[in-house]
Amino acid sequence: MLSRRNPQLNAHGELIHLLSIEGLPKAVLTHILDTAGTFLSVNDREVKKVPLLRGKSVFNLFFENSTRTRTTFEIAAKRLSADVINLDIARSSTAKGESLLDTISNLSAMHADMFVVRHSESGAPYLIAQHCAPHVHVVNAGDGRHAHPTQGLLDMYTIRHFKKDFSNLTVAIVGDIVHSRVARSDIHALTTLGVPEIRAVGPKTLVPGDLTQMGVRVCHDMAEGIRDADVIIMLRLQNERMSGAMLPSAGEFFKNYGLTDGKLALAKPDAIVMHPGPINRGVEIDSSVADGSHSVILPQVTFGIAVRMAVMSIIAGNEA
Amino acid sequence: MTTLLLDAEALYAELRDGVRGLIKPDTSLVGIWSGGAWLAERLQADLGLLGSHGVISSTLHRDDFGERGLASGTDPTHLPFAIDGRHILLVDDVLYTGRTIRAVINEMFDFGRPASVQLAVLVDRGGRELPIQAAFAAARVVLPVAQRLSLARQDDGRFTFSVEDDR
Repeated sequence: MLSRRNPQLNAHGELIHLLSIEGLPKAVLTHILDTAGTFLSVNDREVKKVPLLRGKSVFNLFFENSTRTRTTFEIAAKRLSADVINLDIARSSTAKGESLLDTISNLSAMHADMFVVRHSESGAPYLIAQHCAPHVHVVNAGDGRHAHPTQGLLDMYTIRHFKKDFSNLTVAIVGDIVHSRVARSDIHALTTLGVPEIRAVGPKTLVPGDLTQMGVRVCHDMAEGIRDADVIIMLRLQNERMSGAMLPSAGEFFKNYGLTDGKLALAKPDAIVMHPGPINRGVEIDSSVADGSHSVILPQVTFGIAVRMAVMSIIAGNEA
Repeated sequence: MTTLLLDAEALYAELRDGVRGLIKPDTSLVGIWSGGAWLAERLQADLGLLGSHGVISSTLHRDDFGERGLASGTDPTHLPFAIDGRHILLVDDVLYTGRTIRAVINEMFDFGRPASVQLAVLVDRGGRELPIQAAFAAARVVLPVAQRLSLARQDDGRFTFSVEDDR
């Protein structure tokens, strides 16, 4: 098979699904970030709603729990005037033995226009995108360890907002990288947008060595990893994903890789600290850092709504 | 691309004189992105109006979103004054179907309830598809449907008109 088209793009190279940042051209990413800027100001209006998705039905399909991500997608869809249907799939049809594609067929028969999918299996949103009707759009809200593209995009929006330009930055991603779909999406996005130095920082058990193939500098020493960094992205220690003893203890992890004011002093004086949330205070980040002047964790949440509005309105406006 | 025999600078002078009569003490200028925004910026200065003009975009209220999707490279709406109770004078370069005007009026009402809304344009090219009229138009022309008329701003700030064949 030669040059098989990216399933996220139509024949004109326009975005019709958002499944992964991997393989998306820089122009598509920049268009999403620019559009998000337009939507950010919608929050300041008397009427915090625009009619772009009026009459469309957005189905939130969360096969894996996530209150925060589901809520931000719901708010984003509602600000675009869509009807939003939240399905607690994990507790209903799947529990009764229905297959993923049968679930999708049934929901399509209810005239869904967009599926926002979170699934513990990597690739589930691709499967759905391949099997749904041509007018239906799919957004990956996190699949297994594979990708979390809207989180990656909101991270890029945040970095661009505070640093203006990607071309001279050093970005350190710290923590549980092996289990993190956020880290993978961030690395693809940072690479595409031209960040010259991306570091993956953490213990050997949580930072896979093959990341160097993605152009990432692997650092097992925290001081080396965050020295002179412009951006520090802390990841949550994913206890629920951790099977087997990959770490001696959470306390040991904090001692070596937890971000404290002392360690933060190694980074650039104007460094920003990001975290996809929810944060574990005292595990990967100290409270004084999370609530401190370098932290942009709450702006990330606000930007996340605008970025999700941008993604949904862009894909809904493009035909397969 | 060809240059139509429309002298944008001469038309601008007519527009400037024409809108004088439309402006009350509590009127604010709002230019429609992008050509109208350039006009509003220059009118604001040339007429010696206090405060800043506003810029409004039709992007989020367009009725052809389903066919054309979301336009890229649009500046967001920026209204640096309270809309409630203001007299608003919308300014645009070309008035054609009226659909852009419908969209920006909807956009404006998302920010508040203006006392009144009027429209002034450089060129009215006919072809209306909605019951919308300009209070002042510096020129009226007839153009083939397949041609697009748009204002350009040169580096020195001067205006020119260009006609392109629509895709």
